[in-house]
Amino acid sequence: MSRALRMAVLVLHVLSLPAVARAQEMTLSVAISMKETVETLGRQFMHSRPGVTLRYNFGASGELSKQIEAGAPVDLFISAAQRQMDELEQRGLISTASRRVFARNVLTVIKPAGSALDISKPADLVGPKVQRIVIGNPKTVPVGQYAEESLKSLGLWEKVQPKLVLSENVRQALDYVARGEVEAGFVYTTDMAVRGSQVVEAFRPAEDTYRPVTYPVAVVKASKQPALAQAFIDLLVSPDGQAALARLGFQPPPRGLR
Amino acid sequence: MSAEALSALGLSIRVAVAATLLNALIGIPLAYLLARRAFRGRALVDLVVTLPLVLPPTVTGYYLIVLLGRRGWLGAPVYALSGWSVAFTWYAAVIAATVMALPLLVRTARAAIESVDRELEKAAFTLGRSEWRTVLEVTLPLARNGIIAGLVLAFARALGEFGATLMLAGNIPGKTTTVPLAIYTAVQTGEMGEAVALVLALTALSCLVLILAGRLGARAA
Repeated sequence: MSRALRMAVLVLHVLSLPAVARAQEMTLSVAISMKETVETLGRQFMHSRPGVTLRYNFGASGELSKQIEAGAPVDLFISAAQRQMDELEQRGLISTASRRVFARNVLTVIKPAGSALDISKPADLVGPKVQRIVIGNPKTVPVGQYAEESLKSLGLWEKVQPKLVLSENVRQALDYVARGEVEAGFVYTTDMAVRGSQVVEAFRPAEDTYRPVTYPVAVVKASKQPALAQAFIDLLVSPDGQAALARLGFQPPPRGLR
Repeated sequence: MSAEALSALGLSIRVAVAATLLNALIGIPLAYLLARRAFRGRALVDLVVTLPLVLPPTVTGYYLIVLLGRRGWLGAPVYALSGWSVAFTWYAAVIAATVMALPLLVRTARAAIESVDRELEKAAFTLGRSEWRTVLEVTLPLARNGIIAGLVLAFARALGEFGATLMLAGNIPGKTTTVPLAIYTAVQTGEMGEAVALVLALTALSCLVLILAGRLGARAA
């Protein structure tokens, strides 16, 4: 066989694979701060269920919930805030019975590694050396909503307005800081490890200045794989799942929250 | 229309006008050089100017960050000297729009200049005009239609720029949120009324530009 022909056969073979091999496919829309956790648990999930393939759709929770409202073919939704899940529940788009809170996170302020600026308390953000601060766009990005709440209760929200740069999700905020384009940024403590060598923690806003960062998960009503989606939720709340979350720095959900 | 939508519309027009002016300033001389002069590196200049036409805007945006970001090749020394960086300012939106629009002007203007009869230029030359005056009084007036068409295309492209702008200028309401970015955010946040208003405004503006261009072309012909 000529090389070109072999190449063509190979390409055709690869193209035809998905139709043949993927018996069961499930799509997870996941708050991007949960990326590594869900990928880790996802590998375990697929390993124990041959023939099951997970597809991930990572993004800002607000963006993901709008996609679900618009009828995106998603089976499971993991949000970084209750608000987006509440909206979907009110519209009857998720299965209320399946909804669970499975993790908690903490807001923090980071600066580029090697930054000589002293940013050790909230008031330092107002200093003239801090030209730009990145937060997630509060309209769609939970970490931006938490940052807004915290800055408001610290009485700094109006003062930082001219410095704010809005990002499309928390990882973009992390990237802006890692690249040194901004002096400071609001992310979750768990995000720092992703760009560990490029960012350092500046300070943590007091936890009573913003609502607790809790992660709800639920099966999407329109899912064609509700049992499989429920199995993934079971994994998240299982000791195995909780151990994986703890390894990546997440805290267990507050007691009393379902 | 909301205050945010109006500010996006105003910013978009400012950015597109500024980018078109910069395009005229850079693009017309460049088109002339490419059309009429043989110089070392001509093929390379042609390639670099044309690339944004074929590359995904995000790739162009990435190169702009590498060049102009706070730690970029050009951005780092500027930031070290002045403490200022172009990223996340409306100038960044102008730069992104200029780079994305430039190939449209250069290619159109170049073709127009190439089609100018060289004998006419030579005649002006023999009558004692310098190359500079020949360009201004003979070549450019004769290539006028093509240059105007190129500027219109550049303006329209600048008005619609999204990807490179998002990467270099970010999406900061009131500062760098142009209409395409505002539409994107409005759809993402489910503000469909806002999105529709901006979509219609941008469509109307683009139609206006095309009609105006048609009139100008007809008068010039």
